[in-house]
Amino acid sequence: MPPAVALVAGSTEAAAAAAHHPVKAATPAPAAAAASVPKPPEKPPYLFFNVAEVQFIEPACERLIPADESGAGALAAGVPNYLDKQLGGAWGAGERLYRSGPWIQGTASQGYQLPFTPAELFRTALRAIHSDLAQRGSAFNELSTDAQDDYLKSLEKDNHDLDGVPSAVFFDMLLKMSIEGFFSDPVYGGNRDMVAWRMIGFPGAYADYYEAIDRHGVKFEREPLSIGEDGHGNVHVHPEIPASVG
Amino acid sequence: MAQRLKEVDVVVIGVGMVGSILAKELAAAGYKVVGLERGSTRFTVPEFQSPGIHDELRFDVRKALMQDNTREPVTFRNNTSQTGLPVRRWESFLPGTGLGGSMVHWNGQTFRFQANDFELATRTRERYGKGFLDPDLTIQDWGVTYDELEPYYDRFEYLLGTSGKAGNLKGQIQQGGDPHESPRSRDYPTPPQKEHYSGALFRKAASSLGYHPFPQPSSNLSQPYTNPEGLKMNTCVFCGFCERYACEHYAKSTPQTFILPVLLANSNFELRTGCQVQRINLDSTKKRATGVTYIDNAGRELEQPASLVITSLFAINNIRMLLLSGIGKPYDPSTGKGVVGRNYAYQTMSTVASFFDEDVIINPFMASGASGTMINDYAGDNFDHSGLGFIGGAFIGAVNTNGRPIQYHPTPPGTPAWGKGWKEAVVKHYNHTVMFSLHGSSTSQKQNYADLDPTYKDAWGQPLLRITFDFPKNDLKMAEYVTARGVEIGKAMGAKQVVGSPRKGPYTTQIYQTTHNTGGTVMGNDPSTSVVNRYLQSWDVPNVFVIGASAYPQNASWNPTGTLGALTYWVADALKNKYLKNPGHLVST
Repeated sequence: MPPAVALVAGSTEAAAAAAHHPVKAATPAPAAAAASVPKPPEKPPYLFFNVAEVQFIEPACERLIPADESGAGALAAGVPNYLDKQLGGAWGAGERLYRSGPWIQGTASQGYQLPFTPAELFRTALRAIHSDLAQRGSAFNELSTDAQDDYLKSLEKDNHDLDGVPSAVFFDMLLKMSIEGFFSDPVYGGNRDMVAWRMIGFPGAYADYYEAIDRHGVKFEREPLSIGEDGHGNVHVHPEIPASVG
Repeated sequence: MAQRLKEVDVVVIGVGMVGSILAKELAAAGYKVVGLERGSTRFTVPEFQSPGIHDELRFDVRKALMQDNTREPVTFRNNTSQTGLPVRRWESFLPGTGLGGSMVHWNGQTFRFQANDFELATRTRERYGKGFLDPDLTIQDWGVTYDELEPYYDRFEYLLGTSGKAGNLKGQIQQGGDPHESPRSRDYPTPPQKEHYSGALFRKAASSLGYHPFPQPSSNLSQPYTNPEGLKMNTCVFCGFCERYACEHYAKSTPQTFILPVLLANSNFELRTGCQVQRINLDSTKKRATGVTYIDNAGRELEQPASLVITSLFAINNIRMLLLSGIGKPYDPSTGKGVVGRNYAYQTMSTVASFFDEDVIINPFMASGASGTMINDYAGDNFDHSGLGFIGGAFIGAVNTNGRPIQYHPTPPGTPAWGKGWKEAVVKHYNHTVMFSLHGSSTSQKQNYADLDPTYKDAWGQPLLRITFDFPKNDLKMAEYVTARGVEIGKAMGAKQVVGSPRKGPYTTQIYQTTHNTGGTVMGNDPSTSVVNRYLQSWDVPNVFVIGASAYPQNASWNPTGTLGALTYWVADALKNKYLKNPGHLVST
């Protein structure tokens, strides 16, 4: 499927640019094979995050999973878009989260015991981060990448209070969801063009390795496959789905 | 006021593996059976079909097939000094829901326990002496022996079509099988699955160290098979979406493939889904069950009278059903008295990661849920424990089941959790790492148990189950010892870096380990230390049978499903040939 390869090349360029200018560089480079293949959404609108939040989320995701020689980072892969869909949908509203009190903070072995839904947790934490950075005099996207890393490390390790959300809890959720978005099927809006799968050599949703499994040590060279792929090799990103249960 | 329905012979609570097998046996014998399933009806077609079924986010991460924890979680604490708090998202273990139960999302790893396991207390005392065990341990014999169960293991394996290689046929050791297994009456119904590269590397290394590698017995079938019920199954194609998923290929043995079509065709059986059983009802003597009360999907309360009640739920839900129904005396850890909830145990899982150079291409995504290669040389009591200070062991195997990248992207210790260093390590190691599973036994001890939570409720207003559990010292010592053996095998494979991760305490609900919860309604010959007798019949209410891994007095070194299948047929025979002909206590008290 040559068109898909061409699309990857386009995304990689975008990723390389994104490394230097995290926010502005989100516009993908023109895809070489655009004549035969519909372009993926260049920058889907944010439905959950507001402008101030995007100024943190986009560069933060890119620092967690940066573009490098191996390929695209979180931004070119659409991870912020994945987060936006998840937080704006059922997952953000607390799908699969038992939400009855009393709310008692327990041990690490007992896990998450806060009343916030993921959407509430992000909103609360992002607002507190925004105020904190405003007091320091610059927005997250204006910091150098080293300063961004230092700030993320302070969220991760120092565990300060973000209006009731321990910063380590927020950081952990941000990192987990970024990895999900990077590696999940592209129908969910991240892993655009299956860049993350190509990077590691995961073939995706194939159903059959019967003939290949005992050819030991031989690399599997086929293009990866998405569950949202049509007969022409185009992956259709679902407009608004969260990963629903049931 | 509950609407009272027409009485039936048998009501089965939970139509998973146990429920569907027993319902089939009893309906075929002419009894009127109603199966109550809280989840929904679902079949290979259309529910389990590709491409949607190969969705890691939905099934692995969001756990679409699992018990609805927003309505029915458990609470947990490591010890009685803590407050039990709800497990607000499943992580450590994943009970299923819906027709076919947890078996729909299992891996198909189909083991027998060994003769020693069923008489663990007696044999440990005989071999190592009375003072060998930590006095906190409450291990005990099962009240049934391997020899008694062997025909039922055989029947279960032939129902599933399990793919494997015998290691001990009627006492004769067989080349290529597991020489440590207890004697089996005949070989597996189908030959082993193909071996993946991880397995081949493991096999060579384990052999070089003098161990006895063999193919993991798998109920993801190596070839087409027609079972004794006349149902046809297909060859597994190693798609790598097995555990936490349903099989689209009719290749993983689940109730949908091996029994349900036969059961559902029998007019003596009625399936009702969306039925949340609230309790088993007792008469005024509290010694006889009159049926069950349940609430349907529309919120209506119904009473289903029955002469015989079978609770065939996932282990922890069996415990809760008895506690909610007032059947059996709840266990009290401060006195050691009482039985329901006692001897809750688990599985002690450790891992070894072997990192290779980039010229060794593993393809971890080509796998079935049970296509590993393994050894039993350090499982159970297959090695001398004198001087080791623990009992039990683990199977060690390259039992890699998938390469799904959200959850599987191994990196060596010292790798940063994010950023450039993390990404580089993920890319470098994804396709060049072999993971071993060290599947350790779990002893029961005084402090570990389950009871009803005093605070938190389910969506129907009933108390949640509260689990109080931490790893016994015995099991942590075992994990250290077997993990060191696993590391030696990893080094013998020629890996560049080998990292052993023995399981450490405290037990956490936040990291997936295994869905092998056991105990709490244990079987035995002494009513003061067991909930059910050797036929899994309640000592207190003899027309209630409690069938699940909740019956295990402690857990062994292997996956529990094979043994539960054997117990299911063992009980089916006892019901048909003894109990139903003459209802009453099958074992006198």
